[in-house]
Amino acid sequence: MRHYFGRKLLVYALTFVVAVTVNWMIPRFMPGDPVAGMLARTGVSQPAAVEAMRVYYTDLFGFDRPLWEQYAGFWATLLRGDFGISIWLFPTPVSTVILRAVPYTLALMIPAVLLSWWAGNRLGAYAARRRLLDNTVLPVGYVLTAMPYMWLAVLLAWGLGVVAGWFPVAGGYAFSLQPALTGEFLLSLLHHWVLPFLSLFLVALGGWAIGMRNMIIYELESDYATYLAALGAPSRLIRRYAFRNAVLPQITGLALQLGVLVAGALVTEIVFSYPGLGSLILKAIQNQDFFLLQGTFMFIVVGVLVANFVIDLVYVVVDPRTRAGMAGAQA
Amino acid sequence: MTLTVTDLRVSYRTLGGEVKALDGVSFGVRDGEILGLAGESGCGKTTLGKSLIRLDGRMRHVGGTVELDGRELPIADDRRMNAFRFHEVSLVPQYAMSALNPTRRIGRMVAELLKSRGVRLDRDKLERRLDLVGLPREVLDRYPLELSGGMKQRMVMVVSTLLDPSLLVADEITSALDVSTQKAVARALLGFRDSGFVKSMLFITHDLALTSHIADTIMVMYAGRLTEKAPADVMVKAPRHPYTRMLINSLPEVGVRHAERPLSGIAGSPPSLLDPPPGCRFRDRCPLADEGCAEDPPVTETEPDHFVACWKA
Repeated sequence: MRHYFGRKLLVYALTFVVAVTVNWMIPRFMPGDPVAGMLARTGVSQPAAVEAMRVYYTDLFGFDRPLWEQYAGFWATLLRGDFGISIWLFPTPVSTVILRAVPYTLALMIPAVLLSWWAGNRLGAYAARRRLLDNTVLPVGYVLTAMPYMWLAVLLAWGLGVVAGWFPVAGGYAFSLQPALTGEFLLSLLHHWVLPFLSLFLVALGGWAIGMRNMIIYELESDYATYLAALGAPSRLIRRYAFRNAVLPQITGLALQLGVLVAGALVTEIVFSYPGLGSLILKAIQNQDFFLLQGTFMFIVVGVLVANFVIDLVYVVVDPRTRAGMAGAQA
Repeated sequence: MTLTVTDLRVSYRTLGGEVKALDGVSFGVRDGEILGLAGESGCGKTTLGKSLIRLDGRMRHVGGTVELDGRELPIADDRRMNAFRFHEVSLVPQYAMSALNPTRRIGRMVAELLKSRGVRLDRDKLERRLDLVGLPREVLDRYPLELSGGMKQRMVMVVSTLLDPSLLVADEITSALDVSTQKAVARALLGFRDSGFVKSMLFITHDLALTSHIADTIMVMYAGRLTEKAPADVMVKAPRHPYTRMLINSLPEVGVRHAERPLSGIAGSPPSLLDPPPGCRFRDRCPLADEGCAEDPPVTETEPDHFVACWKA
């Protein structure tokens, strides 16, 4: 057990180091100069003043030091939990900017991931037993899962937002409101949440339903199911066993899907101008905001790693075969 | 008679048409009798075993009846058949290695299975049966993958016979085991019969040597039909059907150097059951065949309890 988790943690640690390094590299090797951009926005035209500001900012952000020093400094501040100061929203610290956006992304992602997984599994299992349902769920599932997130998002925004007018198509809450803990604000929040949630939910749902349907059919034809049927066990029991065993690969799938879903959430947020991490990344790129970009990426990397680790733990609990593998036994 | 099978016909639906896997098979199994069912692959022995407990989706009951303890088994009616399964007819399957749900502790799975059949788990009885087959009681707290192949096999045997069925169908249960485990399994089966856990048994195998050790009667099938049925010792010593004789002669013997006496097989292969030719089905491979064999040979009782389907016997 300790050996197993030791190895897992080592792999996660290595992944983290590589991700952080890549994360540090990407914005720095992007074309363009962030300080020049900032100076352009200030609208100062006096060359001497511009030069003074350039020196000040370059020194402040440490761009004048050699790359390896920047890299080491990056790690040092990172380990202190300091992500630096945003260039775009100067002088707000990056952590503050991110923490403001995180609730929106999580409120979108967590229900979308878990509900689509749950509903997809149910739907797939149900499709496996009814031919009629199978003939509808399967094609619809394929269409949904093949659909790019932003395409579905645009369709939903157009259909339910612009044409039907049921839901707003942009923002996290009505522009006329200020964030506050009032019923009106919460309602507006929920109202704005529906479409982005739905677009993430539907795309993921199709994939889960197809996967589950195939797994259940496979399990129902397995030897233990045949044996139970020969002993006259009711199909309720057989289906329960089949479902439970078919869910195991779906749990692995959930771990793999998390990364994809994060990316999906990014584009969806951009389509709906939702004030989460996705919109933040777009803004960071547009403004050459290295620190903000690094901070958001870091947050996503850590999120995916933690989620995968949780799934590793869940797997150990639900599948006895993993436990045997940990003891070094041959399954 | 525990089991009486009369003119049973079962076929498989395939894209090419109906494959007549069982084409009019009649036989009986007495109380306490172990009937060994032998024959080469595709002769219909597994189909026969399955027909007695559960037809799979591709199988179709064409005709004939099966009677168990004087009651007719509704073998074509999956739902009505359920009442008999496990209670009256039970099965130790070919695939005993993978017959247990891999993600349930064995004890819990057994309890859930029994509960679903409306029976309360008698823990004492279960433990006594485990003792009988030489399994430690702790296996109930283990997962199937923690057991060896032979242990899983014995576990399945215990589960299948827990409700003391009248008839146990044991389908190729020793094929995947090594010789010493085969012996343990065969002994356990005999023990089950002798203790009255199962009244009678259908022991399906392609291993004639092993069958002759545990079966009281041996029945040989060929291409969906019965060829010969006789008490085990008679079958081994004085088979009458040419197919049975050749089958027994083709078994290797320990101590015989086959360079001196080549191991003979039976040339040719069984006819297609999609559209079998009329007459004796062994005709094409039989050294004794003549024009008379173009007619179906009836199953006749040449001596008491010795049935042969051959014009030449």
